[in-house]
Amino acid sequence: MEILFILFAAIAVAGALNVILQRNPIYSAIGLIVTLCALAGLFLTLAAQFIAAIQIIVYAGAIMVLFVFVIMLLNIREEESKIDRQRYLKWLAAPLFVALLAEVYFVIRVVSYDPKPLPAQGAVPPGQILGTVESIGNAMFTTYLLPFEATSVLILMAIVGSMLLARRERTVSEVTIVTAEQIEAAQLEREDEAHETETVGAGH
Amino acid sequence: MPTGITSNELWLIAPELIITLFACLALVVDIVAGRGRGRWTALFCLTGIGFALISTGILYSEHHGSERAAFYRMVAVDDYAIFFKFLFLIAAALTILISVRYLDVERHQSGEFYALIMFAVLGMMFMASGTDLLSLYVSLELMAIAVYVLVGYLRNDRKSNEAAIKYFLLGAFSSGIMLYGISLFYGAAASTNLSDISAAVVELTAEGQPMRYLLLIALVLMAAGMCFKIAAVPFHMWAPDAYEGAPTPVTAFMSVAVKAASFAMFTRIFLDGFGAMRYLPGGLPGWALILGIAAAVTITWGNIAATTQKNVKRLLAYSSIGHAGYLLLGLVAGNRTGYTGILIYLLVYTFMNLGAWTVIIALRREGIAGDEVEDLNGLVHKAPALAVFMLVFLLALAGIPPTAGFIGKYYIFLALIEAGSVESNPWMYALAVLAVLMTAVAIYYYYTIVKAMFLTDSDAKIAVEPTRVQWSVAAAAFVLTIGMGVLPQFFINRSVEAARRFQVYPQRPQAAPTPARSTAPQTGQLRQRDNGTNEN
Repeated sequence: MEILFILFAAIAVAGALNVILQRNPIYSAIGLIVTLCALAGLFLTLAAQFIAAIQIIVYAGAIMVLFVFVIMLLNIREEESKIDRQRYLKWLAAPLFVALLAEVYFVIRVVSYDPKPLPAQGAVPPGQILGTVESIGNAMFTTYLLPFEATSVLILMAIVGSMLLARRERTVSEVTIVTAEQIEAAQLEREDEAHETETVGAGH
Repeated sequence: MPTGITSNELWLIAPELIITLFACLALVVDIVAGRGRGRWTALFCLTGIGFALISTGILYSEHHGSERAAFYRMVAVDDYAIFFKFLFLIAAALTILISVRYLDVERHQSGEFYALIMFAVLGMMFMASGTDLLSLYVSLELMAIAVYVLVGYLRNDRKSNEAAIKYFLLGAFSSGIMLYGISLFYGAAASTNLSDISAAVVELTAEGQPMRYLLLIALVLMAAGMCFKIAAVPFHMWAPDAYEGAPTPVTAFMSVAVKAASFAMFTRIFLDGFGAMRYLPGGLPGWALILGIAAAVTITWGNIAATTQKNVKRLLAYSSIGHAGYLLLGLVAGNRTGYTGILIYLLVYTFMNLGAWTVIIALRREGIAGDEVEDLNGLVHKAPALAVFMLVFLLALAGIPPTAGFIGKYYIFLALIEAGSVESNPWMYALAVLAVLMTAVAIYYYYTIVKAMFLTDSDAKIAVEPTRVQWSVAAAAFVLTIGMGVLPQFFINRSVEAARRFQVYPQRPQAAPTPARSTAPQTGQLRQRDNGTNEN
């Protein structure tokens, strides 16, 4: 168990260092994913399998996708040009691919399909098995009900707040759009007028 | 363990439930009322605060003098929590009152502003009553996120944006530091409940325990996180910028209610949870030393930096940093007088500071910021009543009798001197002397405002027209500032009641073992401490 802890902890720390040391934000994001996966491993060693799964699905999955999306949308060119420097990565890709294949092969060949019997249910009362969805749900809706509900209010308030800050201000934006159009229209008009006066002047 | 949550427990958090309900409905009212009709939402929120005040009053009369834990010891209803709930609700109501006109002037009238204030108050109320690090942390964030948004409320104002970003980044950073401290305490004590932690800490910090260094680090992290929230030096950098950039009513709200809430949480955690770590055996510094140094630096830096400010908002920001230092001293003193001092100080500070901010807001007109010291020039000719109010608020902030500010400072200094004589600790006297000296510095910079108002003529002939509401808020704050100074007994009694729940924690190791004091748990703590010293 301790070896596992040291292994996962080391990966987590290395990933975290990677987040702040990489110059390319995409690599930083990947470093963060590594950290989050290692944390999920740590949760597993603490018999918190549900939280480990949630960690992977929500953080390493959903939230990191958003991160990467935002980084891509921001389109930081200067940093991207540095990708070329890390050419050695593509030499790492082939062995990793082989390792992945080997892993898949190993899983298919070795892991048996017979589910092992679960530990006798009578030994531990179901409420006290750690890390299951039941025990977490139980704790969340009894002992931690108040912080749980407070968090829900917090999230509602955060949504309201971010809407307030991000919402386009109707009055101001309308004014700016209109002025932009007006400038163009005014210019056209002015040109027309100039033209007209010219022609009128020529007529005289 | 009880099997469920009874309706009685819901009744105990009735004021919070009312605030939640009205805050959520305020968002609906805002939509129904339509754009730019924010004052209807303001009125609605004020009604909600009124109901919450009534229910808090009922709770006070029902549970006066007792302590009721609710929701699996996540919150407790006691005199301390109720004292602070009154304070937050009144501060929020006054803030809403002075905001309406300000937002009209800024052309940013919208109902969400008031809803966010209500959400912030909800967080504050749980911060005052939380007895578990988890519920305290969630409520702290509830308050903090609402205030981050409020600081950045003026979206088209660069200063407001900058202030919000600074406050948000540093706030998030400090929350991280504090969470790290919380996780270490949880790891050591195997519980987030303050009473469990306080029981575990006594054993774990004894000499020869390997865990004591870990707990010391956790304590330092918690102290750093809390010092960020109360803007104590060296974690004060965000305060002047955030105070200057925020819309002025929000600045008032931050310097009064947010500060009071952070102190409510700070005091509760450090006394109920980490009380035994006030002095640590075996040459390790306890929180009395850590916070003592922080308080000394905060008072000195806050007051000296304030002397150089030209902007009233920044000046009051630095002065509020200084006040945070005085409040910390009440905690450092570590006796009942000190605990009472924190409460009475926060109470009087609320009114005198809100009053001063109200005067600043009343000066705000379209196109004129009104927050430089020069903008106050000749105020006595333009609006004599406001100038006199401001004078009294400034005298109170400086702590001059017969204003209320004197009572607060008196209790803090008295607590330090008592602590100095009981613990035969000369450093407590030194802190008291420093605090008094810095009050003299404070009088200097408050005087620059007074000078501008009364002795300098203004060239600008712009009339100052406070609205009736602003005028009434300033007048109410004025009456309370004078009233609490002249007839303080009612407020002192309430503060003493509220502070009664905290024990007096172990004294300095060098001091002769004090005879056992009044209450039972306290003697247990003292005995533990004595054992620790005998082993030396």
